[in-house]
Amino acid sequence: MKADPVGVAKGSYFMDGDHACAEGAIAAGCRFFAGYPITPSTEIAERIAERFPKVGGMFIQMEDELASMAAIIGAAWTGTKTMTVTSGPGFSLMMENIGLAVMMETPCVVVDVQRGGPSTGLPTLTGQADMMQARWGSHGDYELIALSPNSSQECFDLIITAFNLAEQWRVPVLFMMDECVGHMTEKVVIPDAYEITITPRKFYRGKKKDFKPYKFNGHTKIAPMVKAGDGYFFHITGLTHDERGYPLINAEAQQTNVQHLVDKINKNVDKISIVEEDNITDADVIVVSYGISSRVALKAVEFARKNGIKVGTLRLVTVWPFPEKRIKQLASQVKAFIIPEINMGQISLEIERCAAGQAPTILVPHAGGWVHDPKDIFQAIEEAVA
Amino acid sequence: MKYWRVPFDRDKIDIPHGDIHINIDRCKGCSFCEEYCPRDVLKMSTNYNKKGYHYPDVIKQGECVNCCLCEMICPEFAIFCIESSKDTIQKGMKKGSNQEATS
Amino acid sequence: MTEVATQSKKGETKPKNEKPKAVLRDDYEHPMEIYLRIERFPHIWCATCGIGTVLTAFISGLEKSKLDIEKVTVVSGIGCTGRTAGYLRLDSFHTTHGRAIPFATGLALGNPKLKVVVISGDGDLTAIGGNHFIHAARRNLDLTIICVNNFNYAMTGGQAGPTTPMEAIASTAPYGCYEYPFNLPFLAESSGAVFVARWTALHIRRLTNTIAEALLKPGFSFIEVICPCATLYARRNRLGDGLDLMRFYHDNAIIKHGANTREVDIEYQKQIIVGKFVDIDKPTFLQQRDRFLKNKLGNQFIPYKEPVS
Ligand SMILES: Cc1ncc(C[n+]2csc(CCOP(=O)(O)OP(=O)(O)O)c2C)c(N)n1
Ligand code: SF4
Ligand code: SF4
Ligand code: SF4
Ligand SMILES: [Mg+2]
Repeated sequence: MKADPVGVAKGSYFMDGDHACAEGAIAAGCRFFAGYPITPSTEIAERIAERFPKVGGMFIQMEDELASMAAIIGAAWTGTKTMTVTSGPGFSLMMENIGLAVMMETPCVVVDVQRGGPSTGLPTLTGQADMMQARWGSHGDYELIALSPNSSQECFDLIITAFNLAEQWRVPVLFMMDECVGHMTEKVVIPDAYEITITPRKFYRGKKKDFKPYKFNGHTKIAPMVKAGDGYFFHITGLTHDERGYPLINAEAQQTNVQHLVDKINKNVDKISIVEEDNITDADVIVVSYGISSRVALKAVEFARKNGIKVGTLRLVTVWPFPEKRIKQLASQVKAFIIPEINMGQISLEIERCAAGQAPTILVPHAGGWVHDPKDIFQAIEEAVA
Repeated sequence: MKYWRVPFDRDKIDIPHGDIHINIDRCKGCSFCEEYCPRDVLKMSTNYNKKGYHYPDVIKQGECVNCCLCEMICPEFAIFCIESSKDTIQKGMKKGSNQEATS
Repeated sequence: MTEVATQSKKGETKPKNEKPKAVLRDDYEHPMEIYLRIERFPHIWCATCGIGTVLTAFISGLEKSKLDIEKVTVVSGIGCTGRTAGYLRLDSFHTTHGRAIPFATGLALGNPKLKVVVISGDGDLTAIGGNHFIHAARRNLDLTIICVNNFNYAMTGGQAGPTTPMEAIASTAPYGCYEYPFNLPFLAESSGAVFVARWTALHIRRLTNTIAEALLKPGFSFIEVICPCATLYARRNRLGDGLDLMRFYHDNAIIKHGANTREVDIEYQKQIIVGKFVDIDKPTFLQQRDRFLKNKLGNQFIPYKEPVS
């Protein structure tokens, strides 16, 4: 399906990542937004507040992030595409109901424009330290999808992908921006509506009495949904449940339910995962990065190549699910992975796990507040080949 | 205090009568129905149901005025009343009819 | 069904040597069953718990309101009362503890044609969900909130909560509760609710009528239902069982329609003022929003429309 032209502000703009993200969401068909202001994500909410009344969207500023997250799940069950945005402390508050969205298999998009933490940390300065929280932040076992854009243009393009993935896999999709990406102003081209592909909600069309909100018997088929108010009289719960959505509180039901939640993502990593590779084939060292760090790393990579070092780059566009297979493959052919990230070591742990001792992983940490000095990354590359 | 008064024109007005239906095994023996039936139609049995609760007996069937208070107050959906004179099907649903209602 | 004994209809058999008990025919089901997920019964509520009674009142009130049940959606939080949504054969959502109202907000704004009802416990709605409660009331969202107040956190074992009266014993107030409790009708009214009422589980007919009225009232309507928790609140305070609490309500509830909500606070085992306290008219969140934006934006304003499938 193609995008609704009403929501597509075609043209070339000089725009920051936050605004591009808002425009992308509107182009993707998002028409329900609930949020609570927090730096550095507020501009997204502000843009949506301004734009929604003119595109038939429903904006509500909730009393907190707990409420924002709960509201977008409720709204998703009316058939609409929904989003909330936040940063740091607000992301922590959303964790509770991100788990609910996972359990209820509700498509929705959560944007986290990362800033320095912990706690109130660095409200106005960048960080990438919520990456593990994105994966593990809500209690219990589950899988979800997290994307990480690195430019204003990608904030626009990739948020559309985020909405599409959410619908395809009936899962909350986390959009992990960082303050730099959110506040960096660059050229953004918004194409014609017919150039934008949208995954519509898959609605159930069978007999009403046969409807079940879930399908656990295979990871390839995701059950179609219905909307509240259409006479299906369905029930859904955050409790462990069966395919009818009825609570079932025992170990067997838990096994079936959780296995399904995990399988539907884990067994489809190849279909979901997006990575951007460059100069990989003959690389001795691969710099793995995401978000703003991937752009800072480029400077170091360029410099290293000028110095005759064979450096490849791998950018995680989807961070979760993790491209485990690909990293394993590469681990057998390279001397080292270099991982610059604006945290004290998060994704590097995941690379280390996948490399499983086949190649050393070298973390270039940064506590946040600013991006790496490319020199530090270059130094790590140099040391790796020395 | 009871909610019921005998009206002066009792002989002239048509007092409804009810048939009481009790799903004995659904009852949890709270006695709400017995306590609040305005005509003392119900009395807790000395027998036990499958779950081990006493359930209500109808001790004065003819006295039931189909006020449905028992039906309303029962937390277990174990008791309901249908007006005797009318076709019972009107109110009590035939088993299986809700299947149609949802399709 | 096991026992069959009839007496009212001619021609129907009576089992011998047994005195007539009740009409029990397994080709009939309870008239409320069409509204219930009866396949999930028996429900989890204890013997002499009043939540089931509130559920019957809700069903009768819903029937009375003549609303299209396809458009009625029920949301619950977590707790004994939170299980209500799961027993209703309506579109029903069992959410997280305290978040029923924001979840319901999403549903109500996502599809303004829905009538969204929240049925949940006192702790769920006014402790962990207290902030959502006052803000939904402030916005005058089109929601009907039925709060089952059993004076404690029942599901988790009878801990003290924001409605536990002073002196009452709870598992986390073993020497009695010494915190000031909420006066919920006052809280609701002062936060902006347009319809506020309180009944006990014993006032079953009045409760039914009030629920019907609230369902038809545009805006934020709030009904507090004082309800027996036999297993925890009553037992721990040596108040007997649910029936004893019903008797207590019978003797101590005073109906005062239009009472000043400031004056309806509840003290431990003292009188309970019940009735319809507030019924005013005020534009709802959506009416306000649409009117306002239309005014400011003119033809640029595109009203929100619920999606079609
Ligand atoms: C975030 C969170 N905190 C705590 C709990 C545990 N919990 C479940 S129900 C409940 C209290 C319910 O009390 P109330 O809302 O009054 O409902 P009742 O059981 O009394 O009907 C609590 C504390 C939870 N489920 N989630
Ligand atoms: S319908 Fe009324 S009179 Fe008849 S048994 Fe029930 S409560 Fe008593
Ligand atoms: S009210 Fe219902 S559960 Fe209670 S005793 Fe009567 S039939 Fe049984
Ligand atoms: S614990 Fe209390 S509130 Fe919960 S079901 Fe039992 S009696 Fe009812
Ligand atoms: Mg309670």
